[in-house]
Amino acid sequence: MKDLASSALDTATQQGASYADVRVIDERSRALATKNGKIGNASDARSQGFNVRVLVNGAWGFASSADMGPKAIEATAGRAVEIAKASAKVKQSDVQLVPEKPATADWTTPHQIDPFTISIEQNLALLQKIDADLRSVRGVTLAETNLNFRREEQWFYSSEGADIHQTKYTTGAGYVAYAFAGSEIQKRSYPNSFGGQWQNKGYELIDELKLVENARRIGEEAVALHSADQCPQGVFDIILESSQLGLQIHESVGHPIELDRVLGMEANFAGTSFLTLDKLRTLKYGSDLVNVVADARQEHGPGLGTFAFDDEGVPAQCTPIISSGLFTGYLSSRETAALIGLQRSGGTLRAENWNRLPIIRMTNISILPGEKPLTLEQLIASTDHGILFQTNRSWSIDDKRYNFQFGTEIGWEIKNGKRIRMLKNPSYSGITTEFWNSMDAICSRDEWTLWGTPNCGKGQPQQVMGTGHGASPARFRKVKVGSAYKGT
Amino acid sequence: MLTRDQAADIFSRIRKYATADEVECLFYGGHSALTRFANNTIHQNVAEENYGVSVRTVFGGRTARATTNKFDDDSLKNVVGASESLAKVQEPDADLLPVPDPGEAGQDAIAGRGLAAHAGEGARATPAHSAQSLPSRHFDETARLTPAQRADAVGKIVSIAQKQKLTAAGIFSSSESVEGIFNSRGLSAWHTQTSAEISITMLAADSSGWQKANSPNVANLNAEALAQIAAEKAVKSAGPREIAPGKYTVILEPAAVLDTVGFAFFDFGGLAILDQRSFLNNRIGTKLFGQNISIWDDVSHPLQSGSPFDGEGVARQRVHLVEGGVVKQLVYARATAEKMKKSEYAGKVGPIGPTGHGFPIPNEMGEAPMNIVFESVRDPKTIEQMIAGTERGILVTRLWYIREVDPYEKILTGMTRDGTFLIENGKVVCGLRNFRFNQSLIDMLSNVEEMSPPVRTSGEESFDMVVPAMKVKDFNFTEVTKF
Repeated sequence: MKDLASSALDTATQQGASYADVRVIDERSRALATKNGKIGNASDARSQGFNVRVLVNGAWGFASSADMGPKAIEATAGRAVEIAKASAKVKQSDVQLVPEKPATADWTTPHQIDPFTISIEQNLALLQKIDADLRSVRGVTLAETNLNFRREEQWFYSSEGADIHQTKYTTGAGYVAYAFAGSEIQKRSYPNSFGGQWQNKGYELIDELKLVENARRIGEEAVALHSADQCPQGVFDIILESSQLGLQIHESVGHPIELDRVLGMEANFAGTSFLTLDKLRTLKYGSDLVNVVADARQEHGPGLGTFAFDDEGVPAQCTPIISSGLFTGYLSSRETAALIGLQRSGGTLRAENWNRLPIIRMTNISILPGEKPLTLEQLIASTDHGILFQTNRSWSIDDKRYNFQFGTEIGWEIKNGKRIRMLKNPSYSGITTEFWNSMDAICSRDEWTLWGTPNCGKGQPQQVMGTGHGASPARFRKVKVGSAYKGT
Repeated sequence: MLTRDQAADIFSRIRKYATADEVECLFYGGHSALTRFANNTIHQNVAEENYGVSVRTVFGGRTARATTNKFDDDSLKNVVGASESLAKVQEPDADLLPVPDPGEAGQDAIAGRGLAAHAGEGARATPAHSAQSLPSRHFDETARLTPAQRADAVGKIVSIAQKQKLTAAGIFSSSESVEGIFNSRGLSAWHTQTSAEISITMLAADSSGWQKANSPNVANLNAEALAQIAAEKAVKSAGPREIAPGKYTVILEPAAVLDTVGFAFFDFGGLAILDQRSFLNNRIGTKLFGQNISIWDDVSHPLQSGSPFDGEGVARQRVHLVEGGVVKQLVYARATAEKMKKSEYAGKVGPIGPTGHGFPIPNEMGEAPMNIVFESVRDPKTIEQMIAGTERGILVTRLWYIREVDPYEKILTGMTRDGTFLIENGKVVCGLRNFRFNQSLIDMLSNVEEMSPPVRTSGEESFDMVVPAMKVKDFNFTEVTKF
């Protein structure tokens, strides 16, 4: 791979690049799914390719190819330079990069079991067992299960001398039970929606998830929702269980802190951000209990945003984003750090694959657990009247990240510290900073889970990225509930 | 570009390495480029070239798929081995059909001698009542578009922005792609296509405007015209007023229509009914929408794009999905059609037969219509005429971050964006702060008062379609945001 990269880097610099980097990626993935007892998907995919990213005349160019022969390497590097020269025709200033010491490293996702060593028969037997348990519940009309594995091996080289080899493993698993009756389709997912739980880990994740143990309960809840009461409309205290809080973080913290978005670079697609530069270290983003970090380091956990180096060779870091409620940090890259006077990139430049330009992406954006011991049951017991929201079903937010609305699969009304009834079609809405400032309790470490969102979409051309979100259940006061069904 | 002959050679090597009863190969790929700009600067500029083959093998009702983007002998042996290993360990699927032969797939129709008949007339294609051949979707000028040409166009967009003290953001992309299928019963089909797209957002201090267009032919795109409209929207919506949420008459521009109605069409497949996950369960044959709603799936429509065959190589048929507000027909992959005929729904879902809309096997979705065309009404109105005829309403440029709240009532939520205006007494009077809506798609399509002629439209939440602008009464805005 080094020879390939050297050739590309030499071509680029000889043709005028002031900076160049090369990423070579070999990706393998396996997807297995069942639907009502039959195979819904059984596929194995392999993709290899490389890209060249260059700065010429102060502007970016990027070209990628699956053809890794010598002529194609030179041609691709040349194409990147040609593209950069075209970019330079429409610019207001030259791109600057903050310095980063080039690293030499070799890193692999810590894992116990390579998921690709587990036999397909074993994979399918697990899915079929879950499927059978789901469909053993009368009223379940559709049962879907899935197992997904990915291995990405990446070589990164830069004209500054970086030489980084990383191998990442991702494992994901989950299932959904649907119940259709009358004029309703209800569903329950486990361990989470979006295909379940996903981490950068080996097959050992599968045993940890207790998939079989929960299948029947999930099927029963899907059916029971039909006889549950509709979630009331009004203003309530709410508790978000940890997976729903994870998605809340993703949408109303993770995206607005992307510095490229703040600086207008995503305006045509996903929008901009209300977190203008004047709000850094001045905005009270949340209550004093809100502490959020962007942490790609191994010690944070096996999240989908865990790595050793980002895709421009910057080491994984922990950036405080919200500290005791105060907004304290953005997700940055070498280019965007330079634009706002930061000394160093936060190391969040990531790309989906070899054919995509690295852009700022979330890593693991997590809310830190409460310091005082507090379980979910204790949190419920301390709530006079409220609604517990569990497992996301719908999500939507405006293009500056203010107004949001979430729906979950199931809710529970709490009265005098007890769950008194199941609720169907629960939803809540709010304005980002008002919402986070209403958080008055968060459970402690024992209730904290590092969830994986495998399908965050961003960029043009669009690319998908896995992001991690650690969260414990938390309570929010006086939140608007039920607006999704208001007037419908 | 990967040619059909090269693909045929790759297929013959794959067949040599395979031990399976049946083999099917899908080919895909091409070259594409995208010039992206923001803050009146080209800040990202990319190009890609990639081709892949997806190999499906079958052993007595057991099937699986493996994919690679390498075509050397070792890689092809590996991908065949991966597919066969996955396939062999499964239980046989009684519903799995043999791969189709050219006749069964309607290959005569694909060859352009006329499209297949309406759905329900059996698996074999017959000439259409009004035979149309697929218009060419490959244009050399589009395929050869250079980075410098895209940059020049962006330069013009930025000039328009700068003249009006606005900031421009957007993209200009172009591509040339191939899609092909070969199987061990002699079927082979090939399609090449080009595509170009321009999307522009113009930003002012407290407002914005947006326009987007795409076409297989770059000559159909006018960057400066799109930029002028987006700029005008940004200027005219400056200083947006806030009005209370509630039910309003809205005029939805075509992109806003596309991005909402797109949530309906994955429910129009036979498997969605069999799985009981469709909002059309127990509703087919009933008047679900307004009388003025008629919808086709028609890959041959001159404003459409895409290949004329599905994931098994079956010719895509023209299907009348909705007529006069009544859901008449679904689309079917071959196996779904067979299953539906034997099911409890057989007499309740309209004509049943393969329509050429199947996704590559194995898959969980079955099939869906992907070439939507709304039929024009007898007395279409322009957007300007709709505005002139509105006493009080809201003009919506686009809708954003749309998600499904309720899958059976098809309640959707989302936001307005990039140009939302108050209409009073037949005139646009000011810009408005953006709204969140929670709206049943069924109710929305039952409340359409007027429509424009349908146009080729591109959005962000759904695939491209031919849709009109719509004037809709009682559109449900539930909240207002801060801008």
